[in-house]
Amino acid sequence: MAHEVHAYSEVHHEPKSFWTKYIFSQDAKIIGIQYLITAFVMGFIAMVLSWLMRLQLGFPGKAFPWLEKLLPNAAQGGILNQDFYLATVTMHGTIMIFFFITAAGTGGFSNFLIPLQIGARDMAFPFVNMLSYWVYLAACIVLVASFFVPGGPAGGGWTMYPPLSSTKEALMGSGWGATLWLIAMALFIVSTTMGSLNYITTVLNLRTRGMTMGRLPLTVWALFITAILGLLSFPVLFAAAVMLLLDRHLGTSFFTPYLVVSDKHIPHEGGNPILWQHLFWFLAHPEVYIAILPSMGITSEVLATNARKPIFGYRMMVASIAAIAFLSFIVWGHHMFVSGMNPMLGTAFMTTTLLIAVPSAIKTFNWLTTLWGGNLRFTTAMLFAIGFVSTFVTGGLTGIFLGNPPIDIQLHDTYFVVAHFHFVMGVSAVFGLFAGVYHWFPKMFGRMINETLGKLHFWLTFIGVYFVFFPMHYLGFLGVPRRYYAFDQYEFIPQALVHNINVVISIAAFLVGAAQLLFVLNFLWSVFKGPKADRNPWKANTLEWQAPSPPPHGNWGDELPVVYRWPYDYSVPGAPEDFIPQTVPPTPARVRGDGGDGGQQR
Amino acid sequence: MPTQKRVGRIEGVLLPLLLVVLVIVAAVTVAFARHFGWWLRPLASEHGAAIDRLFVITLVITGLVFILVQSLLALFVFRYRGENGRRAIFYPDNPRLEITWTVIPAVILTALIVSGGRLWSRIQLTPPPPDAFAVEVWGQQFKWAIRYPGKDGKFGRTDMRLIMGDNPLGIDTKDPASKDDIFFPAGEGELHIPVGKPVVIYLRSKDVIHSFYVPQFRVKQDAVPGMVTRIWFVPTKKGTFEIACAELCGQGHYTMRGVLIVEDEAKVREWLAQQSTVADLIP
Repeated sequence: MAHEVHAYSEVHHEPKSFWTKYIFSQDAKIIGIQYLITAFVMGFIAMVLSWLMRLQLGFPGKAFPWLEKLLPNAAQGGILNQDFYLATVTMHGTIMIFFFITAAGTGGFSNFLIPLQIGARDMAFPFVNMLSYWVYLAACIVLVASFFVPGGPAGGGWTMYPPLSSTKEALMGSGWGATLWLIAMALFIVSTTMGSLNYITTVLNLRTRGMTMGRLPLTVWALFITAILGLLSFPVLFAAAVMLLLDRHLGTSFFTPYLVVSDKHIPHEGGNPILWQHLFWFLAHPEVYIAILPSMGITSEVLATNARKPIFGYRMMVASIAAIAFLSFIVWGHHMFVSGMNPMLGTAFMTTTLLIAVPSAIKTFNWLTTLWGGNLRFTTAMLFAIGFVSTFVTGGLTGIFLGNPPIDIQLHDTYFVVAHFHFVMGVSAVFGLFAGVYHWFPKMFGRMINETLGKLHFWLTFIGVYFVFFPMHYLGFLGVPRRYYAFDQYEFIPQALVHNINVVISIAAFLVGAAQLLFVLNFLWSVFKGPKADRNPWKANTLEWQAPSPPPHGNWGDELPVVYRWPYDYSVPGAPEDFIPQTVPPTPARVRGDGGDGGQQR
Repeated sequence: MPTQKRVGRIEGVLLPLLLVVLVIVAAVTVAFARHFGWWLRPLASEHGAAIDRLFVITLVITGLVFILVQSLLALFVFRYRGENGRRAIFYPDNPRLEITWTVIPAVILTALIVSGGRLWSRIQLTPPPPDAFAVEVWGQQFKWAIRYPGKDGKFGRTDMRLIMGDNPLGIDTKDPASKDDIFFPAGEGELHIPVGKPVVIYLRSKDVIHSFYVPQFRVKQDAVPGMVTRIWFVPTKKGTFEIACAELCGQGHYTMRGVLIVEDEAKVREWLAQQSTVADLIP
């Protein structure tokens, strides 16, 4: 018996009110933009915190009256006090890693790109998707609230090692601040878990006809594997956070042994601080790959599209993402070589850690070869993608020092580590996010973002970050420890040299910070006043560029797209244009055994 | 035929230029870092020599890769900067090339793993010789306490519950081995160790995780509450060195400086003989 086929638009009720369209939206595109905006706001807060840190490190002991007016409790006498300094260090790291980079990469780009790039109408679980954003926002609010509680925010570093983080007698921020930090992290983890479930299910189940896994754009592969990583690793930190809350509030002894803090006896029995480190790093190491993989996927996409060439080595690129993800679960101990854990574990973790450099090397050479022989078009997104490759290499190479335990003895907890992780996360991953925003801005908002301002943003940032973070390698050589409020207590630290290096770093940091205002102003202005964007301004192949800019609710109108080829048919010999979108059917085969137009239909 | 317009003239020249400047500045400053004094602190331990060698080898390898990759990036950005009318090359893969740059990094990294592993075993998996000079260092917020085992060479039992007033390390005076222990409350003592002889340091903490770090010895080891960790080494230079804390321990983390004196063993023993013991100090 035939039944009536209803057009999609008849059956699916579009949200009608302002609230359901833009605020409590279940549309993944809107949710993605909500994540991006919130994440960038959080990133801005964390950047301001870094300016405070750099003020202290570049100009120690110098009183700034305006600082005292701004932060009367944290900067008595116009100088940032030690407790608040530790709070800025802690909150800067926590916000940047989780609430900015991870949220923007997974929450922002997974939501915006996955349904569009696989030809789906939305995520598999739209209500849970909406919930994931609001739980993330709640986590942000709880974390920011911790600035206003007695004792101030958590100050134990983003790593929050107990007993420092479990014992309010040991640190002011280990009172209310640490409790709120733990609650915020728990909420964040709930949010990412809901997100991961959506992304994985959607990629596996909702690909449109013809979109085999082998025809997925690399962005989708990266975001898909990132979601699996998150699903398997975040719950461990959740458990650890619960255990730490119990140690703090109910007197359990998971991580806390018998302590005597400033003559006060705090009786616990049998707890081991190293347990926290294992549980924390079991998440936190995969976490840094969760932070970078979306940017790697974005970079692959942006490089290929703007070089007008297929990404080189698609299969190896997918395999290397999978290898990085797998290996990332078995390297966590490289953060703990001198922690007091059994040194035999050091040998094991060294092996896996140095090996994880191999798939990263493969990706780097494949990106380089993608540029080779290309016809490069330097959009702002392309500049940031190339910048990603440069800064990722710089940061990744220093990981080879740190992954080798005898060398790590000397470099652990020094500025060498700070240089390393800033280059890979603070610069490289963020460059990937910028590339993504500039590249998909037309699709998100239906307008073009200003390229001149965008490029200026790129030049200032790219030059600036090298001035901020490269000198830190030398501070590491000198053995300067990290998380130090000042360096004047030690003769082994050459005072004038280290001070001068710190001044350079601080000034560069302020300038880079100022340059980000260009991005903010450009973004805001262009959203409302930018020139209207075409459907496919970059002449790209992936499915999202077949939809209107911005796509309507349901993305595709009444007919879902059908896919006939992989996303990288750029500059196919003999084809009339230098790109062939995935929806273009193959022309009849002639003599060659391929798809007729020389493109790939694998 | 009209000249082909090069799109991205500025970007395609400026970006490679910046990358070349980066390579030159990085290569020169790193190559001369030692000369400028931006280098590891002067070595004063035996095992440190092998660490420094491995460090320099790693620096050379990563330095060469850095120069290679950034230069190729610069070259390709310049060489292939856009030109209207020119088509890019359709070059989707080359398995042999990809295998090459999988195998070569794997080989280099395996070599680093093997040499790192062997050195690590020597440093951390080899127990100290039985006649090593032993001393115990306690971290607490924000100073270091010290205990020597005394003439019997044995540390007396401790119990955190016994920590109070004149017994800041919780030494159990009922244990006969504790009678001749020599201890200094946090911040009051100096660490004296002999030159040219294995020294083993047992690390403990009263309150939070600290880390015992002496840059010139290439020594760093966390001091963890609730357990005893251990590091051993052979000092090769006499002199006064500083201990810095290398694990965030609170507000005063950056002030947690200790003093460590390396001198002839005879002098160390002479100094120890003059110190008060537990029997003298704890009723």
